Amino acid sequence: MRSSLSHIVIKEVKELLTPGTLIPIIIFAVIFGSLGSAFGGATSQLSEPPKLGVINQDNSTMSHFVQMDLEANSKIVYNGTDVQAGIQAVTQQDGAALVVITSSFGSNITNNESGVVQIYWIMKGTGILDSISSSTADSVLAKVQKDLSKALIDTHADIDSTVILNPINATQNTIFKGKEMAGINPATISAVMAGQSIVVPLIVVMVVIYAGTMVVTSMGSEKENKTLETLLTLPVRRSSIVFGKLAGAAIVGLVFAAIYMVGMGYYMSSLTGSSSIDLSKYGISLNLLDYVLVGISLFLALLFALGLCMILGIFTKNYKAAQTMTLPVTMLALIPMFVLMFTDFNTLPLVAQVFVFAIPFSQPIIAMNSLMFGQVTIVLMGIAYEVGIALVTIFIAVQLFKKDILLTGRVKSAEAKRRGSNSLWTMMKRK
Amino acid sequence: MSRLTRQGTGPVAPSEDDQMAAVEVDQLTKKYGEFLALKDVTFSVEEGEVYGLIGPNGAGKTTTLRVLATLLEVTSGHVRIYGKDLVKQADEVRKIISYLPEDAGAYKNMKGIEYLNFIADFFVEGEKKREMIQRGLDVANLGERIGDRIDTYSKGMARRLLVARALMIQPKLAILDELTSGLDVLNAQEIRRVVKTAAQQGTTVLLSSHNMLEVELMCDRIALINDGHIVASGSPQDLKAKYNAANIEEVFVEVVK
Repeated sequence: MRSSLSHIVIKEVKELLTPGTLIPIIIFAVIFGSLGSAFGGATSQLSEPPKLGVINQDNSTMSHFVQMDLEANSKIVYNGTDVQAGIQAVTQQDGAALVVITSSFGSNITNNESGVVQIYWIMKGTGILDSISSSTADSVLAKVQKDLSKALIDTHADIDSTVILNPINATQNTIFKGKEMAGINPATISAVMAGQSIVVPLIVVMVVIYAGTMVVTSMGSEKENKTLETLLTLPVRRSSIVFGKLAGAAIVGLVFAAIYMVGMGYYMSSLTGSSSIDLSKYGISLNLLDYVLVGISLFLALLFALGLCMILGIFTKNYKAAQTMTLPVTMLALIPMFVLMFTDFNTLPLVAQVFVFAIPFSQPIIAMNSLMFGQVTIVLMGIAYEVGIALVTIFIAVQLFKKDILLTGRVKSAEAKRRGSNSLWTMMKRK
Repeated sequence: MSRLTRQGTGPVAPSEDDQMAAVEVDQLTKKYGEFLALKDVTFSVEEGEVYGLIGPNGAGKTTTLRVLATLLEVTSGHVRIYGKDLVKQADEVRKIISYLPEDAGAYKNMKGIEYLNFIADFFVEGEKKREMIQRGLDVANLGERIGDRIDTYSKGMARRLLVARALMIQPKLAILDELTSGLDVLNAQEIRRVVKTAAQQGTTVLLSSHNMLEVELMCDRIALINDGHIVASGSPQDLKAKYNAANIEEVFVEVVK
């Protein structure tokens, strides 16, 4: 005989460890594993020499030293004289930056001024991982400066010590999605963008969790309390019941999310308040129409979430089962949040782009980032996709509401057989 | 069998020449996947009649009632309720029926009066709504407790509220599954009395039960259902006479031997 404790433990484990609870966790683990390997691939870029373009407009020994040092520590993909051609070549070669050594570089240093180097950063995306290549290029430039300092100590000890220690004065320009932004580098833009664009993914996740949970638990509660059957026999259309439940959950979910976002807003403003970079002066900002588009995208994502949760709710058996039903939807909302936090949608491989685009919860996040750079087409495509998938999801929910499965669940057939074979009458007949 | 016409504001007021059956079930078959739950079930219920389906657990009583209440799909066969096709006119059928499931619950966060109000809103408004709620209050007979939250009610009180909900709308057809299941004698007797009164006022009642005494007390006619098909039907008196039985329980055993 088992001990009482083990008996209860076994019963609890059996009750809690069901395919419904296990499968979402496994999917979650697989997704995080995939993300990990993606990050691993991205971070391996750190050990590779960055791809740079070089234009040497000077003819001094110092500029030649810098050029040779750059060639030794990076892969040069352009070596010419034209800045625009250089930018184009580096962009095409997936390079990190074009380094222009200005014509007065050597003479400036001998005149006790830092030599000017213009850096044209080619920014690929706003994600954290997208700035890796520019980070490695930054390291190379730091090394070049250090090497030049050492060389100057040996050959030009008469130069001012401040200049010897900082012989290069780098001016930063970033080129991203056709915009040239002077005096700023990709890492700074990424950091500010991450601070600003985190709000939308958070709203998506919060709304999905709150509103989605409401719908599923409402269904679980109706089934557990046996109120659903009464509701379904009242003179009200099935579609009205579905839309009534969706609207109720949407209102409460949005109220909860709004309360949450007020707190989050204060938190974010305390972070972004310390940032002195105003991206709007570089043309990276949203106008009223952009906010409306993001709002529409967000609303449609919510509608899809509610429709999906309603479908899951139809299959739930009780309140407890409903609690685990929201996990897959929550994870579906977390995937784009994590992926698009680390990488820009535009820099993802095509297969990953299709996968991320197919998740409707990605659309408000993509919309926010795209509209900042004036890319409206992809946002409109996303909204059209959201409209389609939300309508399909709600249509399926309404249709399922007319089916036996709403009341009988998946196990009814087996249950009915069991009940039939164990019925009092069958037993009486056997006698 | 007596045919009664409702006095008052209810929906049941058949004309003298209206001979249509309240419920016509013709060769109703219901499958859950591969499992055949109902096999060619055929019966009819006249207006104002109290008709009982009796049988053991799993015999198909609840499935039959759920199909008639528009909750489950019809696999094959035909069902008409007051002349309306159950499949094609489900929305119309729902306007004239009231279904009380065996283990029905009410929204526990509501007060009793709020629940009656919530249900009444689906049917009528204004003065008619007030009359409907008053009928509900009379049937529930919960006194001041009607103002308390439903989750504080005993099982008997909750069932009385649910019966009140089902009957206050004065449905043409009341479908009642295991009407007094789990109730003590006094509560069961009170609820039977309320349902009988509703029937006398013109509501057709289709109920299921495995309580043979209850069936004898309440039903004008009964159908014995076993393994998904009807094995005998008639008035309790006729069935007892036919099978030379002292009560319906003995009829039951005799029929399925």
